[in-house]
Amino acid sequence: MQDLLMSTLLQGLIYALISFGVYITYSILDFPDLGVDGTFPLGAAVTAVALTRGVPAWATLPLAVAAGAAAGLFTGLIHVRLKIRNLLAGIITMTALFSINLQIAGSNLTIDRATDTIFSAAPAGTLLAGLSLTERKVVVSFILIVVIKLVLDAYLRTKSGLLLRAVGDNPGLVTLLAKDRGQVKILGLVISNALVALAGCLVCHEQRSFSATMGTGQLVYGLAAVIIGISLINLYTTSPLARGLRKVPLLRFLATPAGTTAVIVGSILYKLCIQAALSLVPASMMKLITALLFLLVLVVSGRKGEEIIHA
Amino acid sequence: MLEIQNITKIYNAGTLTEQCLFRDFSLKVEEGEFVSIVGGNGSGKTSLLNILCGTIPVEGGDVLIDGKSVLKMKDHQRYVSMGRVYQNPAAGTCPGLTVLENLSLADNKGRPFGLGRGVNRRRTEVYREELSSLGLGLEDKLDVPMGSLSGGQRQAVALLMATMTPLRFLILDEHTAALDPKTAEVIMALTDRIVREKGLTAMMVTHNLHHAVTYGSRLLMLDRGHVALDRRGAEKAATTTEELLGIFNRLATQCD
Repeated sequence: MQDLLMSTLLQGLIYALISFGVYITYSILDFPDLGVDGTFPLGAAVTAVALTRGVPAWATLPLAVAAGAAAGLFTGLIHVRLKIRNLLAGIITMTALFSINLQIAGSNLTIDRATDTIFSAAPAGTLLAGLSLTERKVVVSFILIVVIKLVLDAYLRTKSGLLLRAVGDNPGLVTLLAKDRGQVKILGLVISNALVALAGCLVCHEQRSFSATMGTGQLVYGLAAVIIGISLINLYTTSPLARGLRKVPLLRFLATPAGTTAVIVGSILYKLCIQAALSLVPASMMKLITALLFLLVLVVSGRKGEEIIHA
Repeated sequence: MLEIQNITKIYNAGTLTEQCLFRDFSLKVEEGEFVSIVGGNGSGKTSLLNILCGTIPVEGGDVLIDGKSVLKMKDHQRYVSMGRVYQNPAAGTCPGLTVLENLSLADNKGRPFGLGRGVNRRRTEVYREELSSLGLGLEDKLDVPMGSLSGGQRQAVALLMATMTPLRFLILDEHTAALDPKTAEVIMALTDRIVREKGLTAMMVTHNLHHAVTYGSRLLMLDRGHVALDRRGAEKAATTTEELLGIFNRLATQCD
């Protein structure tokens, strides 16, 4: 039982990276990027090939990030320069990436036990040698996610980050600020897809495998985690507890959690729900469970997804 | 100097609903002029502003700033020297960002949007003073999301944002039309003050003939893509709202 909880927590943490990516495109840019389903396995494919070729474990992270960024750049360019609708631009990237991922990996890949992953290689393998492998995975993932969250939070407070938030909020204002809104959107897609590919990279390290179909349903996963997280945070910030905390100067930061925190919480909760449901039905039902839970989330949160349809 | 030379603008060209708005339309706006533009619906007021700003393409002619064509420039490139306030107060601000974040964005116009801090706390006092001079109670709302302000408050901030950084041209597109009469007066007074203080060249489209007569140094009336009236200096100063209304009504009946 404890093992199951630990592995669910681990999944929730790693998959929070997908939700970070979806948070940027869906919540900030108002761009439903279906390319996620292709970018996630892209990160895993690049990682699997690099690991089997003997690339040091930690060096696969920047490789996956770069691959994801390139995919995001592609989606952004066909949307902005060729004026393809956002939904279709993502679908084109996703479809193209399915073949590209297979070209990169050759076939489904398994990484043998002798190869070090980021969870077994130094520094995790040496510093955390006393912990079990699962515990080590949780610690490493936790540190990685928190660092990325803090970097993302800091970025969203920079001038560039403000402009990114503005382009989703009111694209016309970005034009009035004498900035090309297309470029800002492309930047957002690059960052988002880099994060999603990094999620694929970590999953590859964790599972020691790549499969061409591992991307299916990942956008839905990310969306569900984002919507759960944001809805809960909205509930929380209007609660008496948060209102009370806001009056205490030192604890004020606890009263208004960042969107990224919400997304991590949403991701872990969603994984928990899926795990709980899977304890009742066979594993082959996983995607059905994911979809039905997403439907439930949409109905309960009152976000029926109109934003997506009209985008 | 802003110049529109022999512009042709046809809507829905080549279709059954084809409609020619401007044919060989020219207009010259001198440096420092404050032009009020009035005219009935469909007279071409807003189209004129959109052509200036590059929001809509033209079928012929040229748009010049200081004698240089800006026709090939994208709209965002033209806004380097232009500011614009729309009728809809929501158009000039970001509802999800705070007032402070909105002002900080506008304050950085013309400079690169890099990895520096988005909100410059040292400028906060300057913003607070600017806001309190409006008398709309905005000085305590720096950390409030823009979307929770009233239309008048948002429009005031939008006007401040549009004119925060050095610019030469201010485009006002019925920017008081969605406001209550009292707030409209506040915004007009603020507009006049900013245009004078910054020495801007301004073009203001309005349906409020009283505003058109009271403010600005030049008065332009458009009628179906033509200049029906063009007054400046003493002639403009002597124009009354009643006289303008008379001319306006005569044009309107001809139209029917």
